[in-house]
Amino acid sequence: MTASAVHSGETAVTGRTLSRRRALFAGLCLCCMPTLGRAAESFTLDEVGPGIFVRKGLIADATADNVDAIANIGFLIGRDGVLVTETGGSLADGQWLRAEIAKRTPKPITHVVLTHVHPDHVFGAGAFVQDKPVFIGHAKLAEALGARGEFYRKRLVELLGEDRTGPVVYPTMSVADTAAIDLGDRRLTFTAHGPAHTTCDLSMRDSGSGLLFPADLLFVNRIPSLDGSLGGWLTEIERLKAMGATRAVPGHGPVAVELAPALADLSGYLTALRDGTRTAIAKDVPIEKAVASVAQDQRDRWALFDTYNGRNVTVAYQELEWE
Amino acid sequence: MTLKIAPTAALALVLATTALAGPARAAGASDTEQERTARWQEIAKSIFGDRTIEKTDSLVKIDAPARALDAALVPITLTMPEDGQIKAVSLIIDDNPAPYAARFEFGPAADPAELKLRVRVNNYTDMHAVVETQDGKLYEAKQFVKASGGCSAPMGMSDEEAMKGMGDMRMKFAETHPGKPVEATLMIRHPNFSGMQMNQVTRDYTPARYIDKLTVSAGDKTVFTMTGDISIASNPVINFAFKPDGKPLRVAASDNAGGSWQHSFTPPSPTN
Repeated sequence: MTASAVHSGETAVTGRTLSRRRALFAGLCLCCMPTLGRAAESFTLDEVGPGIFVRKGLIADATADNVDAIANIGFLIGRDGVLVTETGGSLADGQWLRAEIAKRTPKPITHVVLTHVHPDHVFGAGAFVQDKPVFIGHAKLAEALGARGEFYRKRLVELLGEDRTGPVVYPTMSVADTAAIDLGDRRLTFTAHGPAHTTCDLSMRDSGSGLLFPADLLFVNRIPSLDGSLGGWLTEIERLKAMGATRAVPGHGPVAVELAPALADLSGYLTALRDGTRTAIAKDVPIEKAVASVAQDQRDRWALFDTYNGRNVTVAYQELEWE
Repeated sequence: MTLKIAPTAALALVLATTALAGPARAAGASDTEQERTARWQEIAKSIFGDRTIEKTDSLVKIDAPARALDAALVPITLTMPEDGQIKAVSLIIDDNPAPYAARFEFGPAADPAELKLRVRVNNYTDMHAVVETQDGKLYEAKQFVKASGGCSAPMGMSDEEAMKGMGDMRMKFAETHPGKPVEATLMIRHPNFSGMQMNQVTRDYTPARYIDKLTVSAGDKTVFTMTGDISIASNPVINFAFKPDGKPLRVAASDNAGGSWQHSFTPPSPTN
């Protein structure tokens, strides 16, 4: 987005009205932005494997109307219980998911996976506290939630109000390397990844379907956001490739994809980001210019590119300038 | 506008939050021009006393993104094209918890034509640059910046990790030409804790720890002395120009917790 497009003239924003200009600036398109009611109705769950249901998140930013339902979330029904993976972006989003589970199975919710610290993935957890499940997370998730949880919560409350936001929920089972749980007829294997998308990314593999759940280690169509380590993410992509899965449920994008081409696209963006930022640093292109020039050849490939690419360059620049 | 934390959603949220600016955010985002002006007058008085500050479009100019991509790292360029007239420049971020972000006093080895630094911005705010000319007069320029949460945004790592290598420095020199000022980029490893960031383990606020004094000299001549505060982004990077005299560039930095570090860098020989 260009700075000049919104420069002067705007003073107060009253209440929660979203002017078209601001909406456009924030990367939102008013014409396709659902109201809350319509959003809830239009959400469906796709069965991506036997007993595996996934809701496609909106390709948008969090707004008061969409209750931050922007991540792919879902659940697996096992013989002995239900595992929820990705809880949703708010208490309201989590409550929607919990109601959908109840429509499909009477089995208890025994496990809830918190794939990383970002609010669009963890704020639905509050809806499942009453089920007393095991909350599974990366060993570094607790400290990341400690540092950022309240900060995120405050912002979400400003957007959605206290009632729809929910509490910060901490993991009760932490994974430092790998771990597995058994639902009776399927085994779920977890891998704690090194700094990549964030510093606490947890992936999951289902033995029943062979599906891989890389969460936000895999973005499809929506531009990835970098909040961990660029070099680390490229390394973890290699690790995901070696896991032997052919299909995966990305954290954002379609509910299920062929893994290899999706990882190739992701790798293409991250490599362009890395190489472009390195070149900018080597040529003494300052950060404020680099944000507008790096990885521009990727622009047509990703939704929300203008909203996030400059930000990604800023993060990459800080990481790479000390190389 | 945003936190140090990028995320799909952290950024998403912040973008959306700032875009919507609900009532709770009102403080900085919805202030009227009058309120902003009143605040600036109050701040200016606390820093400069009763001295008159004239507006200028020529002695100093601020370049900052109208909307920050990352509120914890907002790149600022101060342009001061009038050679030999500028004694010092102050950067004030009106709505930050500690508005007085930095003051640079230039020495005989300085070429203050362009100065770059990275700051944190906590709210929608006016930013002011005030220059003091050699004859002791003050001039101000202003720029409005939209950002939020830059001071309280937690770093993406533990405090220990953030403090790793504290005081390490690097200097990059642009090409040098005989008789011309040399552009240099100084990088310093330092978390510059703002005092508003939550510690990940104790879940208490990490005490403010920031570089409060930084002196760069070329031989015996000072390039600049910077007085800094919590508004400077972590791992400070400052881009400046100096008049080389063949001697190494010396950097002395200290922080408010008693840390001090010195490094010396040799500029490349001029090429024709």
